[in-house]
Amino acid sequence: MNPFQYTRSSAASGAIQSLVKEPQAHFLAGGTNLIDLIKMGVLRPERLVDINALPLRGIEAIAGGLRIGALASNSEVADHPLVLQDYPLLAQAINAGASPQLRNMATVGGNIMQRTRCNYFFDTAMPCNKRSPGSGCGALDGYNRMHALFGASEKCIAVNPSDMNVALTALEAVVHVKGPKRDRKIAFSDFHRLPGDHPEKDNTLERTELIISVDLPANSFNRHVHYLKVRDRTSFAFALISVAAALDLEGDKIKGARLAMGGVAHKPWRLHGAEAFLLGKTSGEDVFRQAARIAMQGAKAYKYNQFKLTLAPNAILQALKTASSLG
Amino acid sequence: MKKDKIGDPLSRIDGRLKVTGGAKYSGEYKLPGLTYGVLVSATIPCGTVSSMDIQAAGKAPGVLAVITPFNAPKVPGYQPGAARPVRGLKLFNDDKVYFNGQPIALVVAETFERATYAASLVKATYKAEPFETDFHKNFDKGVIPNEGRYKDYVRGEADAYKKAPVVVEQDYMLPSEMHNPMELHVTTAFWDGDDKVTLYTKSQGVIGSQRSIANAFGLEVANVQINSRFVGGAFGSSLRTWPHEVAAVQAARLVKRPVKLTLTREQMFTLVGYRPLTIQRIGLGATTDGKLMGITHESHSQTAVYEEFTENAVNVSRFLYASPNANTRYKVVPLNVGVPTPMRGPGEATGSFALESALDELSYKLNIDPIELRLKNYTDMDPERNLPWSSKFLKECYQLGAERIGWEKRPTKPGMQRDGDWMVGYGLGCGAFGAYRSKTQVRIKLTPDGSVNIQTATSDIGPGTGTAMTLIAADILGIPAERISFELGNSAFPVAPTQGGSQTVSSVGSAVHDVCIALKQKLNTLAGLPADNTAEIEYATILQRLNLPSLELTQESQSGEEARKYSMYSFSAHFAQVHVHSLTGIVRVKRLVAVVDGGKIVNHKTASSQMIGGAVGGIGMALTEEAIFDDRFGRYVNGNLADYHVPVNADAPDIEAIFIDKPDPIINPIGTKGLGEISLIGVAAAVANAVFNATGKRIRDLPITPDKVLMT
Repeated sequence: MNPFQYTRSSAASGAIQSLVKEPQAHFLAGGTNLIDLIKMGVLRPERLVDINALPLRGIEAIAGGLRIGALASNSEVADHPLVLQDYPLLAQAINAGASPQLRNMATVGGNIMQRTRCNYFFDTAMPCNKRSPGSGCGALDGYNRMHALFGASEKCIAVNPSDMNVALTALEAVVHVKGPKRDRKIAFSDFHRLPGDHPEKDNTLERTELIISVDLPANSFNRHVHYLKVRDRTSFAFALISVAAALDLEGDKIKGARLAMGGVAHKPWRLHGAEAFLLGKTSGEDVFRQAARIAMQGAKAYKYNQFKLTLAPNAILQALKTASSLG
Repeated sequence: MKKDKIGDPLSRIDGRLKVTGGAKYSGEYKLPGLTYGVLVSATIPCGTVSSMDIQAAGKAPGVLAVITPFNAPKVPGYQPGAARPVRGLKLFNDDKVYFNGQPIALVVAETFERATYAASLVKATYKAEPFETDFHKNFDKGVIPNEGRYKDYVRGEADAYKKAPVVVEQDYMLPSEMHNPMELHVTTAFWDGDDKVTLYTKSQGVIGSQRSIANAFGLEVANVQINSRFVGGAFGSSLRTWPHEVAAVQAARLVKRPVKLTLTREQMFTLVGYRPLTIQRIGLGATTDGKLMGITHESHSQTAVYEEFTENAVNVSRFLYASPNANTRYKVVPLNVGVPTPMRGPGEATGSFALESALDELSYKLNIDPIELRLKNYTDMDPERNLPWSSKFLKECYQLGAERIGWEKRPTKPGMQRDGDWMVGYGLGCGAFGAYRSKTQVRIKLTPDGSVNIQTATSDIGPGTGTAMTLIAADILGIPAERISFELGNSAFPVAPTQGGSQTVSSVGSAVHDVCIALKQKLNTLAGLPADNTAEIEYATILQRLNLPSLELTQESQSGEEARKYSMYSFSAHFAQVHVHSLTGIVRVKRLVAVVDGGKIVNHKTASSQMIGGAVGGIGMALTEEAIFDDRFGRYVNGNLADYHVPVNADAPDIEAIFIDKPDPIINPIGTKGLGEISLIGVAAAVANAVFNATGKRIRDLPITPDKVLMT
């Protein structure tokens, strides 16, 4: 850990200006990821701008949906009556992640920004293009059991570790951000990016932009939903594969479907093809199996994560089975 | 008067202190002028440090010293020809690097944060040399250790299993497992002049630590004071004195102030030992009706290039089952890794996983129930040493466990029972661990208010040693436990063995037993009664009447001839019921029943806790724990508690500990045999065997993670 300045900010514009002025300044919210990275020497900030005093904790119904303040804690969101009533998939996904203590500290904005858990990213004594561009990808020919199946590049095969992000992708959340010059909205599926030649960039947020809220549009996916997380121990482990599945059923008829996977790509991985296939079909194991097969098209595994080619479609099938049998 | 008896469920005497934060651990002594030490670790696995730049670190705020191989004050015990040489890695004594993560510098500063920062400024350049960390690649470089007990063993004919009508021959793999106690390893050291030093350090044996530090610095043993009253878990990782403890003492002498050195979690993966990566081959040969004709057990495990580590991985196959022929072979493979150290259940846990898995495989081949197969090969004497057992109630363990788990519901063919999407299976794994008793001294002091103080230099790394000892003393003296204070973890107390090898209750408990009897006899004599008077006497009154300020006795207690005439072991049978998800490969242990013949149980409450803790460790071994190396860099890739998966509460099922609770008539006056290791030995096989019973998939390399279940 290097010495750094620490400032508390009481207004979003002031916080943003601090980052405009100092290229090595970072926003500090719950700190559950950032502080670890600083301790490991992965990040060496010159200033931390504490934004916890900003009035961004609210969770409120808005016209056509729900607005979640960027500083709402993960546990506040997962326990909120409106979330439980209208977006139970999100509550399930959040509760599948981390531990109660961490969920009490971690914020929604921070969780969206969570860095990869790739072991090579975390260890400064090993190569990583994401941490140190040009140093090489340690995982490509290394221990890549946790790594990507989709959208990876020769530069980086890391995955996004967040459970919450998988649900937010499926729920077509919209991220509201404030910048030094303008405010803008980013569709959740456009928020995170694939590594390409620049794995150091996790997402499309500008460095000086601040997440203000996450809006969830109203939908009818509040009954037949399931977040399935397959991991190496029952709690407090990152996903080998996770699946957010939501169905809008009329009897057995699939009127709408949302599917996203975690643990398979540099971003939460929306399964558009499988969703389209399910539309109008009759809910059932064969149909789910076919959807899972479609979802896996284009998957590419590495030495240690071959099993994901089997586990991922199985997990999709199981998530759909569970979602459809509910309610 | 209230009577506390051996066997009662007495709550921990230090429980309140522990849950209220009142228990002071080795890292919590805020001594005047305390300074902080932080280690800098090498980032190559083999070579030499050619130069170090410590300028920036030395000038960083609050830095008092930067110790490197180039400026370190010499540690006398590290030097050639030292009167009492120190084994193992000699930190900062030369420029050699033997493994990735080896400390190459120690920064001492006014605060922990300043020391940590300055440590990040130390720059080293290396002359890297070729290294070997790949166990599989170097498998053939295994060597037979020097120590006699690891030489090849043959009873009857070697490899006789091959000639039997029914044969199982399989390899079983166990990855390196880290102890990962909650409490990090920490040492606080300070000197009084040039020849006296005091340590607060995480230790399983303060007497051992005292001797090691005395040897390292050429001091009189009495001039080294070790305190380790509370230990936040150790599991074997504090059995010995580690190089960083010597470094803390060295640094304290240099800066002439107390130094506290705490390892980081990452450093815990390289500097305080681990259960070594091991590949075992088991050959079993049997008649068609299930009589074993031959057992062969071979093991290869990794060790360090700079120090040889050995453990009893193969020994269980020499004595657990009756077989006219048995042979074992044991080799270690030296690699550029930190040295392993015993981890709970040590080699026996490793060995039992292989043997008990193979036996399970044989039971399916023979179509004989696994319990019946074990009964067919039950032995009423130790076939290795040709001695009678001091006691053995393993048959009773099978019977009680089978009843409790509902063994009759176990499908005889695998993959036959389901609960929705989950496949259900049952498994059995047995264990044995030597029942030891070491020489122990205990001091007892009675004061006229009727209270009793007992002191001995044992440790309590979690089992509740003080509580058990209090109960023994209360029972023998016939006074309530509240009147007894028991003190441990201090090298100034009478000599007691290190807490390891499940021997504490047997060793220290016997000494407490003996000293209490001696005290009673003395009081009887003082009261003018026959020494063996059994009628109740009022201790306080006797002291008051004789106007004695106190009565103090020190007694030494040890085993006698019986240790050579009998073979002494604790035995266990672990029964697991698991659910395995058919699509995701997730394994959930639903129930565990551990039945143990550990002799007389002194305190049922803490003994049950100990059994449950060991069972959780066994679940970790079976399902989650694995330290993973990247052999390109010779570094662990999961050296943290997020990626190295110690089981969490959600992984721990309903665990039931059942005790045979029959005193061993031979080993010691109370008849206790020991539980610490046996609580874990056999659990991994029970789980793995249950996974096979549920799925028909035999997974021979631990841990059994979802990917292996799916892809097998």
